[in-house]
Amino acid sequence: MDFGLNKTEELFRQMICEFATREVKPLAAEIDEEERFPEETVKKMAETGLMGISVPVAYGGAGGSHLMYIMAVEELSRVCGTTGVILSAHTSLCVEPILQFGNETQKMKYLPKLASGEWLGAFGLTEPNAGTDAAGQQTYAVENGDSWLLNGTKIFITNANYSDVFIIMAMTDKSQGTRGISAFIVEAGTPGFSIGKKEKKMGIRGSATAELIFENCRIPKENLLGKLGAGFKIAMITLDGGRIGIASQALGIAQGAMDETIRYTQERKQFGKPISAFQNTQFQMAGLETKVQAARLLVYSASVKKGLGLPYAKDAAMAKLFASETAMEVTTKAVQFHGGYGYTREYPVERMMRDAKITEIYEGTSEVQKMVIAASLFPKK
Amino acid sequence: MDITQYKDVYVYIEQRGSRVQSVALELLGKARELADTLGEKVVAVFPGYHISDQATNLFSWGADKVLCIDAPELENYLTEPYAQAVFKVITTYKPSVFLIGATTIGRDLGPRLSARLETGLTADCTKLDISEDKQLLMTRPAFGGNLMATIMCTQRRPQMSTVRPGVMKKMIKDQTRKGEVEFVDIQFDNKKIERVCLVETHKIDKGLKDISEARILVSGGRGIGNKENFEKLQSLAAVLNNAEVSSSRAMVDAGVMTHDRQVGQTGKTVRPDVYFALGISGAIQHLAGMEESEFIIAVNKDKYAPIFQVADLGIVGDANKIVPLLTERLENELKK
Amino acid sequence: MKIIVCIKQVPDTTEIKIDPVTGTLIREGVPSIMNPDDKGGLELALRLKDEFGAHITVITMGPPQAEAILREAYAMGADRAILLTDRKFAGADTLATSHALSGALRTLEYDLIIAGRQAIDGDTAQVGPQIAEHLDLPQVSYVEEVQYKAGDPFLRVRKQTEEGYQILRVALPCMLTVLASANKARYMRVRGIVEAYGREMEIWSADKIDVDESKLGLKGSPTWVNKAFTRGVKPAGTVHELTSEEAVDLIVGKLKEKFII
Repeated sequence: MDFGLNKTEELFRQMICEFATREVKPLAAEIDEEERFPEETVKKMAETGLMGISVPVAYGGAGGSHLMYIMAVEELSRVCGTTGVILSAHTSLCVEPILQFGNETQKMKYLPKLASGEWLGAFGLTEPNAGTDAAGQQTYAVENGDSWLLNGTKIFITNANYSDVFIIMAMTDKSQGTRGISAFIVEAGTPGFSIGKKEKKMGIRGSATAELIFENCRIPKENLLGKLGAGFKIAMITLDGGRIGIASQALGIAQGAMDETIRYTQERKQFGKPISAFQNTQFQMAGLETKVQAARLLVYSASVKKGLGLPYAKDAAMAKLFASETAMEVTTKAVQFHGGYGYTREYPVERMMRDAKITEIYEGTSEVQKMVIAASLFPKK
Repeated sequence: MDITQYKDVYVYIEQRGSRVQSVALELLGKARELADTLGEKVVAVFPGYHISDQATNLFSWGADKVLCIDAPELENYLTEPYAQAVFKVITTYKPSVFLIGATTIGRDLGPRLSARLETGLTADCTKLDISEDKQLLMTRPAFGGNLMATIMCTQRRPQMSTVRPGVMKKMIKDQTRKGEVEFVDIQFDNKKIERVCLVETHKIDKGLKDISEARILVSGGRGIGNKENFEKLQSLAAVLNNAEVSSSRAMVDAGVMTHDRQVGQTGKTVRPDVYFALGISGAIQHLAGMEESEFIIAVNKDKYAPIFQVADLGIVGDANKIVPLLTERLENELKK
Repeated sequence: MKIIVCIKQVPDTTEIKIDPVTGTLIREGVPSIMNPDDKGGLELALRLKDEFGAHITVITMGPPQAEAILREAYAMGADRAILLTDRKFAGADTLATSHALSGALRTLEYDLIIAGRQAIDGDTAQVGPQIAEHLDLPQVSYVEEVQYKAGDPFLRVRKQTEEGYQILRVALPCMLTVLASANKARYMRVRGIVEAYGREMEIWSADKIDVDESKLGLKGSPTWVNKAFTRGVKPAGTVHELTSEEAVDLIVGKLKEKFII
């Protein structure tokens, strides 16, 4: 597989890099400090078409490749992990399932507004008692005339407070187990749907992570996404794709920490020479650079496979596992290289280290990724 | 083109609202040097309206002759009437060298004229010399100041050059010098002139401008301390041409300065011609934002402050004492 | 309205460094970009297009690689792109460059020609006014803002001056040279990027334009570089312990030496 980027992707890299440097980087420390969702940035992203990169032109998108979307998450995360995940959750977890599983009416209704960025998207699967074991869904939906009545609570939902459209998993037939779970499109402002408490997090603090509460929330029948009982499958496939987004977020954070450390170690002098001149620095940095590039190849490979319509679940799991662990390692060492300064908020590496941690946890912990990879090695007979 | 027909060093005398600009006098000073080397004359080309009475003043700044074009069409600077007037002078009198100030006016007029004359123009020269074979050597920065290039225009005349204000030195005013004033009549082509008209002129106090664009930065750190002392830095910046006040992070955190004034890794990267580091110790993150400055003058009480490692001129002392004295001295210098 | 924007590919001079040992320019790895003032000019054209509808042609003279900035212009919203490239243009100074561009512009229709005020690799600010002269167009340089009413045969233009600004009325067709600070140029649009490389790129040689060949390239250039040099490595500075008065003397002396005052 060849990852030499084509000219379109090179041009896109130029644009997103400029956008990230000029629009996103200057706000990164501030939104972290204030735990503030960067609404103004999302608006600017929308103007350029970043909220619908890989959505076909027919649905109001830019008609770009999946790899371009992945590069966007990478470049945004390089300077701000929060902004990276806003785009990733919107695209992978809301736009993509509608594109893949929605009927024509649903696509025409939701995709143009999501792709233009007029609407922001989110996804609700996790519950207080259904994390890694997502099958334990307690949110349920019952038929009531020509609508569904939804009850239950979702937690840790990215973009919650600012989203207009949510993909929500709910049990429609408990007796069927995972096959009794269905997916619904729920619009913000639907009576009975409210946003609960916002989490105070260690990292990606500008991202709005909150609870979704459904109390007899009435959803029109036509908002069932995919077939009745197909919700678990939709969720799992959606998460397969989402993992490439998070892997790319991790990759971006790792690259950002590398950039900062390369710069700092050349400027910082100790014992009469820049610390980049010490072999310990050089060897450690060489090792980290290799890992970051290996992560990039895994992430791009998974993305290209997805773009080509090839199976990619295992690739996505490997990419996320490796990229997120690399991000954690690189950022931790970046702080170490920065010494006391690195531990202060004067420098961005401590934020990057806090942001990196979540990539080992959400959209499937590292352990879940290992389960997915192992399952392909030892298929059930 | 017979270049032997062209001689003498001509200077475009820029005036605004009939006020002769300092850059024109600076160019007369330089032209004097060049003309003396060449054994030729300095001629001032002075277009404007109601300006005739000022023509003789130009002799004391180095001119041997003044060509005065006094016409209502030239009341305000506009490209076309000025180009017509100066074009007529050049084609009639055939100067060898023609110097213009690199102001918004000179940089508008110069290229228009060079195209009309089909001759070369070298912009924003910082050095002008005469070669052994009496050609003009025009040295200017390129690539954002990273490279200097010496340009020649050997086959066509006049050899035209623009020079930024403040680069050349005026000669010491000599009121005993005399010369000849000649009035030049122009038949303007009004049809061309009418295509652009001036509707309004606004003067604005630009106030604070982007520190990364200033040629001189007066930058203060913890050693300056409070707002009151920072106002002294403002006064210093006010007497210097194209200067702004900036600061280290400490002063931004203290609320004395706004973030857009901050130099350093978490602020702006600057490359002014002169950077005054006043009461700034020189933490690495500050140095990263300013060490590329052309000339760094540091004043700090602590003689071991890291700022002295990057300073071109380091003074161990109290910036709060030195700054007001310096401001006063500069005010006196500039009055001269 | 038919608008032509002249743009130039330049090295990003903020990324150029001097080799501390040899004192020469390090050009390797320096990215090529669309000249910032030209981008400001293109943005001004795009805003006129957004408001009144316009057809925007971008034109550049340069080596074949300069195609990249034309693709970028497409991705920002330009409608047509022309690359003037020929060995006959090589070695051109500003006058010869202005002749080449004028030669191309003569074959095109326009109501308005826009150029950047100056390019960051040369900072001369000459080519725009020189083109205006060759084409006998009125010019306004240092443009910050343009106002237009549909159907008017003129523009109202805000021009930056040292003291503030002027409002000028300029008849169409005309040439404006624009400052990057006039506006914040838009980012390329993602859809524009996706489509940019599928669009037509017109490549014009010297034969295709309307100009006397003797005015082109090296032989059409009245000026030439006699010598180029870097200012070399900065010498180490000095530190002095002085009274305040002595310090002021020293500083004022240095400022005079540097022609700052």
